[in-house]
Amino acid sequence: MTASPSRVSDTVKSAIEFDHASFDISGRPLLHDLVLSVKQGETLVLLGRSGSGKTTTLKLINRLLLPTAGEVRVNQKPTAEWDPIRLRRSIGYVIQDGGLFPHFNVERNIALVPRIEKWPQPQIDARVRELLITVGLSEDLLSRYPSQLSGGQRQRVGVARALAADPPILILDEAFGALDPITRSEMQKEFRALQQRMKKTVIFVTHDLREGLLLADRIALMEEGKLVVDLPAHEFSRSGDPLVRAYVEAFSALPDPNQIDREVSR
Amino acid sequence: MNFLQFMMMNRQQVLDLTLEHITLAGVATLLAALVGIPLGILITRVPQLSKPVLGGANIIQTIPSLALFGFLLPAPWIGARGGRLAILALALYGLLPLIRNTYAGIQGVDPAIVEAGRAMGLTDRQLLLQVELPLASGVIVAGVRIAAVLSIGLATIAAAIGAGGLGEFIFRGLAMVNNQVILAGAIPAALLALLVDFLLGRLERRLGTLRLKT
Repeated sequence: MTASPSRVSDTVKSAIEFDHASFDISGRPLLHDLVLSVKQGETLVLLGRSGSGKTTTLKLINRLLLPTAGEVRVNQKPTAEWDPIRLRRSIGYVIQDGGLFPHFNVERNIALVPRIEKWPQPQIDARVRELLITVGLSEDLLSRYPSQLSGGQRQRVGVARALAADPPILILDEAFGALDPITRSEMQKEFRALQQRMKKTVIFVTHDLREGLLLADRIALMEEGKLVVDLPAHEFSRSGDPLVRAYVEAFSALPDPNQIDREVSR
Repeated sequence: MNFLQFMMMNRQQVLDLTLEHITLAGVATLLAALVGIPLGILITRVPQLSKPVLGGANIIQTIPSLALFGFLLPAPWIGARGGRLAILALALYGLLPLIRNTYAGIQGVDPAIVEAGRAMGLTDRQLLLQVELPLASGVIVAGVRIAAVLSIGLATIAAAIGAGGLGEFIFRGLAMVNNQVILAGAIPAALLALLVDFLLGRLERRLGTLRLKT
Protein backbone atom coordinates (compact mmCIF):
# COMPACT_ATOMS: atom_id res chain seq x y z
CA MET A 1 0.00 0.00 0.00
CA THR A 2 1.43 3.33 -1.02
CA ALA A 3 0.31 6.87 -0.58
CA SER A 4 -1.16 8.82 -3.43
CA PRO A 5 -1.26 12.59 -3.56
CA SER A 6 -5.06 12.47 -3.51
CA ARG A 7 -4.88 11.52 0.18
CA VAL A 8 -3.76 15.03 0.95
CA SER A 9 -6.64 17.34 1.63
CA ASP A 10 -6.98 20.25 -0.76
CA THR A 11 -7.63 22.83 1.93
CA VAL A 12 -3.99 22.90 3.05
CA LYS A 13 -1.31 23.35 0.44
CA SER A 14 1.42 20.79 0.32
CA ALA A 15 4.82 22.17 1.23
CA ILE A 16 6.83 19.28 -0.18
CA GLU A 17 5.91 16.80 -2.87
CA PHE A 18 7.83 13.82 -4.17
CA ASP A 19 6.47 13.08 -7.61
CA HIS A 20 7.81 9.68 -8.63
CA ALA A 21 11.24 10.77 -7.46
CA SER A 22 14.15 8.37 -7.82
CA PHE A 23 17.80 8.73 -7.09
CA ASP A 24 20.53 6.37 -8.11
CA ILE A 25 24.29 6.41 -8.03
CA SER A 26 25.90 4.72 -11.04
CA GLY A 27 22.88 2.54 -11.62
CA ARG A 28 22.39 1.55 -7.99
CA PRO A 29 19.03 2.89 -6.82
CA LEU A 30 19.10 4.56 -3.40
CA LEU A 31 15.55 5.77 -3.78
CA HIS A 32 12.95 4.35 -6.11
CA ASP A 33 9.84 6.05 -7.44
CA LEU A 34 8.88 7.88 -4.27
CA VAL A 35 5.42 9.41 -4.18
CA LEU A 36 4.86 11.34 -0.99
CA SER A 37 3.65 14.74 0.02
CA VAL A 38 3.88 16.76 3.19
CA LYS A 39 1.31 19.40 4.03
CA GLN A 40 2.18 22.77 5.47
CA GLY A 41 2.46 22.59 9.23
CA GLU A 42 2.55 18.81 9.25
CA THR A 43 5.15 16.65 10.94
CA LEU A 44 6.11 13.67 8.84
CA VAL A 45 8.38 11.05 10.35
CA LEU A 46 10.44 9.02 7.91
CA LEU A 47 11.06 5.73 9.60
CA GLY A 48 13.36 3.01 8.39
CA ARG A 49 16.54 1.07 8.90
CA SER A 50 19.99 2.33 8.00
CA GLY A 51 20.31 2.42 4.24
CA SER A 52 16.57 2.50 3.62
CA GLY A 53 16.80 5.81 1.73
CA LYS A 54 15.67 8.20 4.47
CA THR A 55 18.67 10.50 4.32
CA THR A 56 18.62 10.48 0.52
CA THR A 57 14.99 11.58 0.73
CA LEU A 58 15.97 14.50 2.96
CA LYS A 59 18.82 15.56 0.70
CA LEU A 60 16.43 15.75 -2.23
CA ILE A 61 14.35 18.31 -0.35
CA ASN A 62 17.12 20.84 0.19
CA ARG A 63 18.74 20.03 -3.13
CA LEU A 64 21.90 18.57 -1.74
CA LEU A 65 20.86 16.00 -4.36
CA LEU A 66 18.71 16.31 -7.45
CA PRO A 67 16.44 13.40 -8.37
CA THR A 68 17.72 11.29 -11.25
CA ALA A 69 14.10 10.70 -12.28
CA GLY A 70 10.84 12.34 -11.33
CA GLU A 71 10.55 15.58 -9.48
CA VAL A 72 10.64 17.00 -5.97
CA ARG A 73 8.66 20.19 -5.39
CA VAL A 74 9.04 22.58 -2.51
CA ASN A 75 6.21 25.11 -2.30
CA GLN A 76 4.95 23.86 -5.66
CA LYS A 77 8.26 24.66 -7.34
CA PRO A 78 10.58 21.88 -8.53
CA THR A 79 13.86 21.88 -6.61
CA ALA A 80 15.71 21.92 -9.93
CA GLU A 81 14.25 25.37 -10.58
CA TRP A 82 15.07 26.76 -7.15
CA ASP A 83 18.21 28.76 -6.50
CA PRO A 84 19.86 26.16 -4.22
CA ILE A 85 21.16 28.80 -1.79
CA ARG A 86 17.73 30.44 -1.38
CA LEU A 87 16.07 27.05 -1.06
CA ARG A 88 18.46 25.86 1.66
CA ARG A 89 18.20 29.06 3.66
CA SER A 90 14.44 28.55 3.81
CA ILE A 91 14.88 25.04 5.21
CA GLY A 92 16.28 24.50 8.69
CA TYR A 93 18.52 21.44 8.93
CA VAL A 94 19.46 19.53 12.05
CA ILE A 95 21.77 16.53 12.06
CA GLN A 96 23.01 14.10 14.66
CA ASP A 97 25.17 15.82 17.28
CA GLY A 98 24.15 19.20 15.86
CA GLY A 99 26.70 19.46 13.04
CA LEU A 100 27.97 22.63 14.69
CA PHE A 101 31.07 24.43 13.46
CA PRO A 102 33.78 23.55 15.99
CA HIS A 103 35.60 26.87 15.50
CA PHE A 104 32.49 29.01 16.08
CA ASN A 105 31.17 29.69 19.54
CA VAL A 106 27.51 29.12 20.37
CA GLU A 107 26.54 32.67 19.45
CA ARG A 108 28.17 32.52 16.02
CA ASN A 109 26.80 29.05 15.35
CA ILE A 110 23.23 30.11 16.07
CA ALA A 111 23.58 33.40 14.18
CA LEU A 112 25.06 31.73 11.09
CA VAL A 113 22.16 32.12 8.68
CA PRO A 114 20.96 35.58 9.90
CA ARG A 115 24.54 36.78 9.51
CA ILE A 116 25.02 35.49 5.97
CA GLU A 117 21.57 36.90 5.21
CA LYS A 118 23.02 40.24 6.38
CA TRP A 119 20.54 41.01 9.14
CA PRO A 120 21.39 44.14 11.14
CA GLN A 121 23.44 43.30 14.25
CA PRO A 122 20.86 44.37 16.89
CA GLN A 123 18.26 42.16 15.22
CA ILE A 124 20.70 39.22 15.20
CA ASP A 125 21.47 39.70 18.91
CA ALA A 126 17.79 39.84 19.79
CA ARG A 127 17.05 36.76 17.71
CA VAL A 128 19.87 34.75 19.27
CA ARG A 129 18.60 35.53 22.77
CA GLU A 130 15.06 34.68 21.80
CA LEU A 131 16.22 31.34 20.40
CA LEU A 132 18.17 30.48 23.52
CA ILE A 133 14.95 30.76 25.50
CA THR A 134 13.09 28.74 22.88
CA VAL A 135 15.48 25.81 23.14
CA GLY A 136 16.03 26.19 26.89
CA LEU A 137 19.67 27.24 27.07
CA SER A 138 21.33 29.77 29.35
CA GLU A 139 22.93 32.93 27.96
CA ASP A 140 26.13 31.97 29.77
CA LEU A 141 26.76 29.45 27.02
CA LEU A 142 26.96 32.01 24.20
CA SER A 143 30.74 32.28 24.27
CA ARG A 144 31.39 28.55 24.66
CA TYR A 145 32.62 26.33 21.88
CA PRO A 146 30.79 23.14 20.88
CA SER A 147 33.50 20.97 22.51
CA GLN A 148 32.70 22.66 25.81
CA LEU A 149 29.03 21.63 25.71
CA SER A 150 27.23 18.43 26.64
CA GLY A 151 25.63 16.37 23.90
CA GLY A 152 22.18 17.65 24.82
CA GLN A 153 23.35 21.26 24.79
CA ARG A 154 24.96 20.79 21.38
CA GLN A 155 21.74 19.36 20.07
CA ARG A 156 19.77 22.32 21.43
CA VAL A 157 22.21 24.71 19.76
CA GLY A 158 21.73 22.73 16.55
CA VAL A 159 17.97 23.19 16.76
CA ALA A 160 18.37 26.91 17.55
CA ARG A 161 20.67 27.33 14.57
CA ALA A 162 18.19 25.63 12.27
CA LEU A 163 15.37 27.89 13.50
CA ALA A 164 17.43 31.09 13.36
CA ALA A 165 16.06 32.64 10.19
CA ASP A 166 12.56 31.29 10.94
CA PRO A 167 12.43 28.89 7.99
CA PRO A 168 8.99 27.50 7.13
CA ILE A 169 10.40 23.98 6.73
CA LEU A 170 12.56 22.03 9.14
CA ILE A 171 14.32 18.77 8.32
CA LEU A 172 15.98 16.67 10.99
CA ASP A 173 18.19 13.68 10.30
CA GLU A 174 18.47 11.38 13.34
CA ALA A 175 18.68 14.65 15.21
CA PHE A 176 18.56 13.09 18.66
CA GLY A 177 20.42 9.93 17.70
CA ALA A 178 23.61 10.68 19.62
CA LEU A 179 21.95 11.45 22.93
CA ASP A 180 21.60 9.28 25.99
CA PRO A 181 18.06 7.89 26.48
CA ILE A 182 17.04 10.34 29.20
CA THR A 183 18.26 13.48 27.43
CA ARG A 184 16.80 12.08 24.25
CA SER A 185 13.38 11.68 25.78
CA GLU A 186 13.54 15.24 27.17
CA MET A 187 14.49 16.62 23.77
CA GLN A 188 11.67 14.72 22.10
CA LYS A 189 9.08 16.14 24.46
CA GLU A 190 10.41 19.65 24.16
CA PHE A 191 10.58 19.38 20.42
CA ARG A 192 6.97 18.26 20.29
CA ALA A 193 5.89 21.20 22.45
CA LEU A 194 7.93 23.53 20.27
CA GLN A 195 6.40 22.14 17.12
CA GLN A 196 2.88 22.58 18.48
CA ARG A 197 3.65 26.28 18.93
CA MET A 198 5.56 26.89 15.72
CA LYS A 199 3.54 24.82 13.27
CA LYS A 200 6.40 24.40 10.86
CA THR A 201 6.50 21.78 8.19
CA VAL A 202 8.75 19.13 9.68
CA ILE A 203 10.34 16.04 8.17
CA PHE A 204 11.98 14.01 10.87
CA VAL A 205 14.15 11.04 10.00
CA THR A 206 14.63 8.34 12.61
CA HIS A 207 14.95 4.60 13.01
CA ASP A 208 13.30 4.78 16.42
CA LEU A 209 9.60 3.89 16.28
CA ARG A 210 8.98 5.29 19.75
CA GLU A 211 10.36 8.65 18.68
CA GLY A 212 8.30 8.48 15.50
CA LEU A 213 5.04 7.78 17.32
CA LEU A 214 5.72 10.58 19.76
CA LEU A 215 6.48 13.28 17.20
CA ALA A 216 4.63 12.37 14.03
CA ASP A 217 1.35 13.43 12.52
CA ARG A 218 2.13 10.90 9.85
CA ILE A 219 4.69 8.11 9.59
CA ALA A 220 6.21 6.96 6.32
CA LEU A 221 8.07 3.68 6.60
CA MET A 222 10.85 3.09 4.10
CA GLU A 223 12.79 -0.03 3.20
CA GLU A 224 15.45 -0.50 0.53
CA GLY A 225 14.78 2.82 -1.14
CA LYS A 226 11.03 2.31 -1.35
CA LEU A 227 8.09 3.64 0.57
CA VAL A 228 6.36 0.76 2.36
CA VAL A 229 3.49 2.49 4.11
CA ASP A 230 2.41 6.07 4.74
CA LEU A 231 -0.09 6.29 7.60
CA PRO A 232 -1.38 8.72 10.20
CA ALA A 233 0.60 8.14 13.40
CA HIS A 234 -2.41 6.81 15.33
CA GLU A 235 -3.08 4.13 12.72
CA PHE A 236 0.49 3.05 12.27
CA SER A 237 0.74 0.43 15.02
CA ARG A 238 -2.47 -1.21 13.84
CA SER A 239 -1.24 -1.75 10.30
CA GLY A 240 -1.08 -5.35 9.17
CA ASP A 241 1.97 -4.79 7.01
CA PRO A 242 4.60 -7.39 7.98
CA LEU A 243 7.41 -4.83 8.15
CA VAL A 244 5.33 -2.57 10.39
CA ARG A 245 4.59 -5.59 12.57
CA ALA A 246 8.31 -6.36 12.78
CA TYR A 247 8.94 -2.79 13.86
CA VAL A 248 6.19 -2.77 16.45
CA GLU A 249 7.40 -6.04 17.90
CA ALA A 250 11.01 -4.83 18.09
CA PHE A 251 9.85 -1.90 20.15
CA SER A 252 6.97 -3.51 21.98
CA ALA A 253 8.31 -4.15 25.44
CA LEU A 254 11.34 -4.11 27.62
CA PRO A 255 12.94 -7.54 27.96
CA ASP A 256 12.33 -9.32 31.25
CA PRO A 257 15.71 -10.49 32.58
CA ASN A 258 14.01 -13.42 34.34
CA GLN A 259 12.72 -14.73 31.05
CA ILE A 260 16.08 -14.82 29.34
CA ASP A 261 18.13 -18.01 29.30
CA ARG A 262 21.58 -17.27 30.57
CA GLU A 263 24.33 -19.82 30.36
CA VAL A 264 26.31 -17.97 32.97
CA SER A 265 23.63 -17.99 35.62
CA ARG A 266 23.40 -21.76 35.68
CA MET B 1 91.46 33.29 16.75
CA ASN B 2 88.49 31.32 17.98
CA PHE B 3 84.98 31.17 16.48
CA LEU B 4 83.42 33.78 18.78
CA GLN B 5 86.23 36.24 18.14
CA PHE B 6 85.73 35.72 14.40
CA MET B 7 82.01 36.38 14.75
CA MET B 8 82.63 39.55 16.77
CA MET B 9 85.18 40.90 14.34
CA ASN B 10 82.86 40.27 11.42
CA ARG B 11 79.58 41.02 13.16
CA GLN B 12 78.47 43.59 10.60
CA GLN B 13 78.93 41.13 7.78
CA VAL B 14 77.31 38.31 9.75
CA LEU B 15 74.31 40.55 10.34
CA ASP B 16 74.11 41.66 6.71
CA LEU B 17 74.33 38.13 5.39
CA THR B 18 71.77 36.91 7.94
CA LEU B 19 69.33 39.60 6.83
CA GLU B 20 69.99 38.71 3.22
CA HIS B 21 69.39 35.09 4.08
CA ILE B 22 66.09 35.89 5.81
CA THR B 23 65.01 37.93 2.78
CA LEU B 24 65.81 35.11 0.37
CA ALA B 25 64.02 32.45 2.37
CA GLY B 26 61.19 34.74 3.50
CA VAL B 27 60.30 36.06 0.05
CA ALA B 28 60.59 32.57 -1.40
CA THR B 29 58.24 31.11 1.24
CA LEU B 30 55.79 33.95 0.71
CA LEU B 31 55.80 33.36 -3.04
CA ALA B 32 55.39 29.63 -2.53
CA ALA B 33 52.41 30.30 -0.23
CA LEU B 34 50.84 32.79 -2.66
CA VAL B 35 50.95 30.19 -5.42
CA GLY B 36 50.77 26.95 -3.45
CA ILE B 37 47.74 27.67 -1.23
CA PRO B 38 45.47 28.73 -4.12
CA LEU B 39 46.68 25.72 -6.12
CA GLY B 40 45.91 23.46 -3.15
CA ILE B 41 42.41 24.95 -2.91
CA LEU B 42 41.95 24.59 -6.66
CA ILE B 43 42.66 20.87 -6.64
CA THR B 44 40.07 20.29 -3.91
CA ARG B 45 37.53 21.94 -6.25
CA VAL B 46 38.71 20.34 -9.51
CA PRO B 47 39.82 16.86 -8.40
CA GLN B 48 40.96 15.93 -11.94
CA LEU B 49 43.78 18.43 -11.52
CA SER B 50 45.06 17.00 -8.26
CA LYS B 51 47.24 14.31 -9.83
CA PRO B 52 49.02 16.52 -12.40
CA VAL B 53 49.49 19.41 -9.95
CA LEU B 54 50.80 17.29 -7.08
CA GLY B 55 52.87 15.23 -9.52
CA GLY B 56 54.41 18.36 -11.03
CA ALA B 57 55.30 19.78 -7.63
CA ASN B 58 56.76 16.40 -6.70
CA ILE B 59 58.99 16.34 -9.77
CA ILE B 60 60.31 19.83 -9.00
CA GLN B 61 61.20 18.62 -5.53
CA THR B 62 63.30 15.79 -6.92
CA ILE B 63 65.58 18.08 -8.96
CA PRO B 64 68.85 18.56 -7.06
CA SER B 65 69.06 22.16 -5.91
CA LEU B 66 72.35 23.01 -7.57
CA ALA B 67 71.03 21.60 -10.83
CA LEU B 68 67.84 23.70 -10.49
CA PHE B 69 69.92 26.83 -9.97
CA GLY B 70 71.90 25.86 -13.04
CA PHE B 71 68.79 25.23 -15.14
CA LEU B 72 67.38 28.64 -14.25
CA LEU B 73 70.62 30.57 -14.97
CA PRO B 74 69.99 31.08 -18.71
CA ALA B 75 66.41 32.29 -18.06
CA PRO B 76 65.90 35.93 -19.08
CA TRP B 77 65.47 38.53 -16.28
CA ILE B 78 65.47 35.83 -13.62
CA GLY B 79 68.99 34.66 -14.43
CA ALA B 80 70.31 38.23 -14.49
CA ARG B 81 70.51 38.48 -10.70
CA GLY B 82 71.52 35.71 -8.34
CA GLY B 83 68.97 36.82 -5.73
CA ARG B 84 66.01 36.62 -8.12
CA LEU B 85 67.05 33.24 -9.32
CA ALA B 86 67.55 31.89 -5.84
CA ILE B 87 64.15 33.14 -4.67
CA LEU B 88 62.42 31.55 -7.64
CA ALA B 89 64.19 28.23 -7.12
CA LEU B 90 63.46 28.20 -3.37
CA ALA B 91 59.81 29.10 -4.02
CA LEU B 92 59.55 26.20 -6.45
CA TYR B 93 60.83 23.85 -3.75
CA GLY B 94 58.33 25.23 -1.26
CA LEU B 95 55.40 24.57 -3.57
CA LEU B 96 55.00 20.87 -2.82
CA PRO B 97 54.55 21.10 0.98
CA LEU B 98 52.16 24.03 0.57
CA ILE B 99 50.00 22.49 -2.14
CA ARG B 100 49.97 19.13 -0.42
CA ASN B 101 49.14 20.47 3.03
CA THR B 102 46.45 22.85 1.80
CA TYR B 103 44.86 19.99 -0.10
CA ALA B 104 45.16 17.53 2.79
CA GLY B 105 43.96 20.13 5.30
CA ILE B 106 40.78 20.90 3.39
CA GLN B 107 40.11 17.26 2.52
CA GLY B 108 40.56 16.44 6.20
CA VAL B 109 37.73 18.69 7.40
CA ASP B 110 34.90 16.54 8.77
CA PRO B 111 32.54 16.00 5.80
CA ALA B 112 29.52 16.21 8.12
CA ILE B 113 30.49 19.77 9.02
CA VAL B 114 30.96 20.77 5.40
CA GLU B 115 27.64 19.23 4.49
CA ALA B 116 25.91 20.95 7.39
CA GLY B 117 27.32 24.25 6.10
CA ARG B 118 26.14 23.56 2.60
CA ALA B 119 22.70 22.56 3.86
CA MET B 120 22.46 25.82 5.82
CA GLY B 121 22.80 27.66 2.53
CA LEU B 122 26.43 28.76 2.63
CA THR B 123 27.79 29.57 -0.80
CA ASP B 124 30.94 27.79 -1.99
CA ARG B 125 32.94 30.89 -1.17
CA GLN B 126 31.48 31.23 2.32
CA LEU B 127 32.05 27.55 2.94
CA LEU B 128 35.70 27.89 1.90
CA LEU B 129 36.47 31.10 3.79
CA GLN B 130 34.41 30.54 6.93
CA VAL B 131 34.62 26.79 7.39
CA GLU B 132 37.17 24.90 5.34
CA LEU B 133 40.15 27.26 5.46
CA PRO B 134 39.88 28.05 9.19
CA LEU B 135 39.59 24.35 10.00
CA ALA B 136 42.47 23.51 7.65
CA SER B 137 44.67 26.38 8.87
CA GLY B 138 46.74 24.28 11.27
CA VAL B 139 47.68 21.84 8.51
CA ILE B 140 48.35 24.70 6.08
CA VAL B 141 50.67 26.42 8.57
CA ALA B 142 52.47 23.09 8.95
CA GLY B 143 53.10 23.30 5.20
CA VAL B 144 54.40 26.87 5.53
CA ARG B 145 56.69 25.67 8.29
CA ILE B 146 58.14 22.87 6.16
CA ALA B 147 58.61 25.24 3.21
CA ALA B 148 60.25 27.93 5.37
CA VAL B 149 62.70 25.55 7.05
CA LEU B 150 63.50 23.97 3.69
CA SER B 151 64.15 27.41 2.17
CA ILE B 152 66.43 28.48 5.00
CA GLY B 153 68.52 25.36 4.54
CA LEU B 154 68.61 25.46 0.75
CA ALA B 155 69.31 29.20 0.66
CA THR B 156 72.85 28.49 1.85
CA ILE B 157 73.51 26.85 -1.52
CA ALA B 158 72.25 29.96 -3.32
CA ALA B 159 75.55 31.64 -2.53
CA ALA B 160 77.05 29.41 -5.23
CA ILE B 161 75.20 31.49 -7.83
CA GLY B 162 76.03 34.79 -6.17
CA ALA B 163 72.71 35.26 -4.36
CA GLY B 164 74.40 36.10 -1.07
CA GLY B 165 73.10 34.96 2.28
CA LEU B 166 74.90 32.96 4.94
CA GLY B 167 76.07 30.49 2.31
CA GLU B 168 78.75 33.04 1.42
CA PHE B 169 80.64 32.20 4.62
CA ILE B 170 80.23 28.51 3.99
CA PHE B 171 81.59 28.62 0.47
CA ARG B 172 84.36 31.02 1.46
CA GLY B 173 85.30 28.77 4.39
CA LEU B 174 85.34 25.75 2.10
CA ALA B 175 87.67 27.55 -0.30
CA MET B 176 89.93 28.71 2.55
CA VAL B 177 89.75 25.34 4.31
CA ASN B 178 88.80 27.32 7.41
CA ASN B 179 86.22 25.72 9.71
CA GLN B 180 85.54 28.91 11.63
CA VAL B 181 84.42 30.67 8.48
CA ILE B 182 82.20 27.72 7.55
CA LEU B 183 80.67 27.73 11.01
CA ALA B 184 80.06 31.49 10.84
CA GLY B 185 77.61 30.70 8.04
CA ALA B 186 76.33 27.31 9.16
CA ILE B 187 75.52 28.10 12.79
CA PRO B 188 73.40 31.22 12.23
CA ALA B 189 71.58 29.43 9.38
CA ALA B 190 70.82 26.48 11.64
CA LEU B 191 69.67 28.73 14.48
CA LEU B 192 67.45 30.64 12.08
CA ALA B 193 65.86 27.40 10.89
CA LEU B 194 65.27 26.23 14.46
CA LEU B 195 63.74 29.56 15.45
CA VAL B 196 61.35 29.65 12.49
CA ASP B 197 60.47 26.02 13.07
CA PHE B 198 59.68 26.75 16.72
CA LEU B 199 57.58 29.85 16.06
CA LEU B 200 55.56 28.35 13.23
CA GLY B 201 55.18 25.16 15.25
CA ARG B 202 53.53 27.13 18.02
CA LEU B 203 51.19 28.85 15.58
CA GLU B 204 50.39 25.50 14.02
CA ARG B 205 49.41 23.97 17.36
CA ARG B 206 47.23 26.94 18.23
CA LEU B 207 45.38 26.74 14.94
CA GLY B 208 45.24 22.95 15.16
CA THR B 209 43.06 23.14 18.25
CA LEU B 210 40.31 24.79 16.17
CA ARG B 211 39.62 21.42 14.67
CA LEU B 212 39.64 19.69 18.04
CA LYS B 213 36.91 21.95 19.33
CA THR B 214 34.30 19.49 18.06
